Amino acid sequence: MAPLLQSSQPWVEKYRPKQVKDVAHQDEVVRVLTNTLETSNCPHMLFYGPPGTGKTTTALAIAHQLFGPELYKSRVLELNASDDRGINVVRTKIKNFASVAVGSGQRQGGYPCPPFKIIILDEADSMTEDAQNALRRTMETYSKVTRFFFICNYISRIIEPLASRCAKFRFKPLSEEIMTSRILHICKEEGLSLDSEALSTLSSISQGDLRRAITHLQGAARLFGSTISSTDLIGVSGVIPQQVVEELYVACKSGNFDSANKEVNKIIAEGYPVSQMLSQLFDVVVEADDISDEQKARICKNLAEADKCLVDGADEYLQLLDVTSNTMRALCNMPQEFSFES
Amino acid sequence: MLWVDKYRPKTLDQVMVHQEIAQNLKKLVTEQDCPHLLFYGPSGAGKKTLIMALLRQIFGTSAEKVKVENRNWKVDAGSRTIDLELTTLSSNNHVELTPSDAGFQDRYVVQEIIKEMAKNRPIDTKGKKGYKVLVLNEVDKLSREAQHSLRRTMEKYSASCRLILCCNSSSKVTEAIRSRCLNIRINAPSEEETVKVLEFIGKKENLQLPPGFAARIAEKSNRNLRRAILSFETCRVQQYPFENNQAIPPMDWEEYISEIATDIMKEQSPKRLFQVRGKVYELLINCIPPEIVLKRLLHELLKKLDAELKHEVCHWAAYYEHRMHLGQKAIFHIEAFVAKFMSIYKGFLIATFG
Repeated sequence: MAPLLQSSQPWVEKYRPKQVKDVAHQDEVVRVLTNTLETSNCPHMLFYGPPGTGKTTTALAIAHQLFGPELYKSRVLELNASDDRGINVVRTKIKNFASVAVGSGQRQGGYPCPPFKIIILDEADSMTEDAQNALRRTMETYSKVTRFFFICNYISRIIEPLASRCAKFRFKPLSEEIMTSRILHICKEEGLSLDSEALSTLSSISQGDLRRAITHLQGAARLFGSTISSTDLIGVSGVIPQQVVEELYVACKSGNFDSANKEVNKIIAEGYPVSQMLSQLFDVVVEADDISDEQKARICKNLAEADKCLVDGADEYLQLLDVTSNTMRALCNMPQEFSFES
Repeated sequence: MLWVDKYRPKTLDQVMVHQEIAQNLKKLVTEQDCPHLLFYGPSGAGKKTLIMALLRQIFGTSAEKVKVENRNWKVDAGSRTIDLELTTLSSNNHVELTPSDAGFQDRYVVQEIIKEMAKNRPIDTKGKKGYKVLVLNEVDKLSREAQHSLRRTMEKYSASCRLILCCNSSSKVTEAIRSRCLNIRINAPSEEETVKVLEFIGKKENLQLPPGFAARIAEKSNRNLRRAILSFETCRVQQYPFENNQAIPPMDWEEYISEIATDIMKEQSPKRLFQVRGKVYELLINCIPPEIVLKRLLHELLKKLDAELKHEVCHWAAYYEHRMHLGQKAIFHIEAFVAKFMSIYKGFLIATFG
């Protein structure tokens, strides 16, 4: 027998703001967009900023508020990185949708319903350059009947001609207070109890990404029930306990290669993700006050290189060992250059 | 039947090593719903065992009736059609596959199979719709594109299927996917836990274990439970009743690599390099993965070196292992590492002894 599926949805979806004015913390953006809603006229828009700051939410909310549920299907096209989005799609699907004319603006059911359609391109930075180039002309030709919303994390990956055709909005990372208030709101709705320590842990591990915070919260709630402590949250989030990082740092400081090697072996066996380890080690190194700036610079340079190698698919153990040995050399003022390299 | 399979825990209650995780997982699925899961941890830690036990917990014994299938897909990708062939393991309620076997076309496999699963959702006796589970192995080896396409597909079809992802290192899984799953870290069992499992097996098999014997196996096995059980069985086959100081046979490839290391330490010359090359080839054609060869070689070399050289050597090991991933033929990079090591070591010898 197949088990039944409850009608539970991710909290991220459940608590997604439905209206532009509810979007937390992005004041300038909200102000401009409310204005748009009143005059029901808008330029092409480009939303950029780190993950979990409300870009997609804003785009969806404004589309909903402009058209209402009835017209939404026919007026809004939502494309995502996973829908195949090569140059072919731009040439056919987007163009076809963009070129259809729409009736003049009549208010339907209390929604403004302006006389244009909206194409939302989520994760636009993973579009190929060719596809972006193919969009340029399309945007201009059909600008009377179609507005484009681009959503991306890195504005540098959007080609300049596209970016210059849009009004740009930067979404900033959420501050701790805003995050806490949203989290507390959800906790109240879901009947969770969270002490203040867990709350601050949650906002520190999610680093301004509200979606991550909510996902962690839901994960922890599912695993551990309605009372959640800060250790539960750390367990769910995949963050490495601070103590482990400290131990590695101390081993580096001791200058003993073998004990550091043992520490590295332990970390790998415990299954901690090394990329996470690198970023936490980075925090420890930057905040340490007993080492010189030059030492910090040396360590950070190596951390960056190792991170790149990991992205390329290099082995975790060897990279972490290399970082550890380099950190040790920097901390113990051993020479930077290898002495026997010919 | 090998002991590894014979004593693999079948249900979440029988699990000996990760009891806490198992209980949490049980709680998770008793509410008749589970989120997408991502299991990560070193090999031999018990990821697969936990996943199978979890499936059994969800679907009952029917999850154990699996059939192996070689399936063909025809995928329509714009102007051309792509033929794909992949081995899958499936039961009524779940499908398990290793998408990275499809190479660079892995994204089509992932999308196709999830869509297909979404189409024929199982319907239970009450006419309610259930869900299927898709188990994906080695997600860390999936290409970037496949991971990107997974993230949306996961959300879109979340009503009809659940994904269980399994990988060694979660660094190689994109943040987007990790944030959509409940991450579960499976750590390697500690030596005490390994000893406990070995003693349990010994009791079941009616074996007399000399004191400290299990501990020695556990120590040799590098916190890899599968390996510990395998070598335990090897010892049993080799000699029983056990003796107190019975040698635990090392893996022959490890022995071989330690031989190579000794060779390298003895002489540093192009001629020796050529000999080493032959030996490394021997390992590679016996399907020992090149990164394991390099890692083990480093391990053996580090044992024999002075502290001041260790930093340098481990830096170069990391460097060449990285290059191995960028390049095509692993042998070049292993050989380059050996050559580099020889040059460094020679330099060191000359500087110290003149």
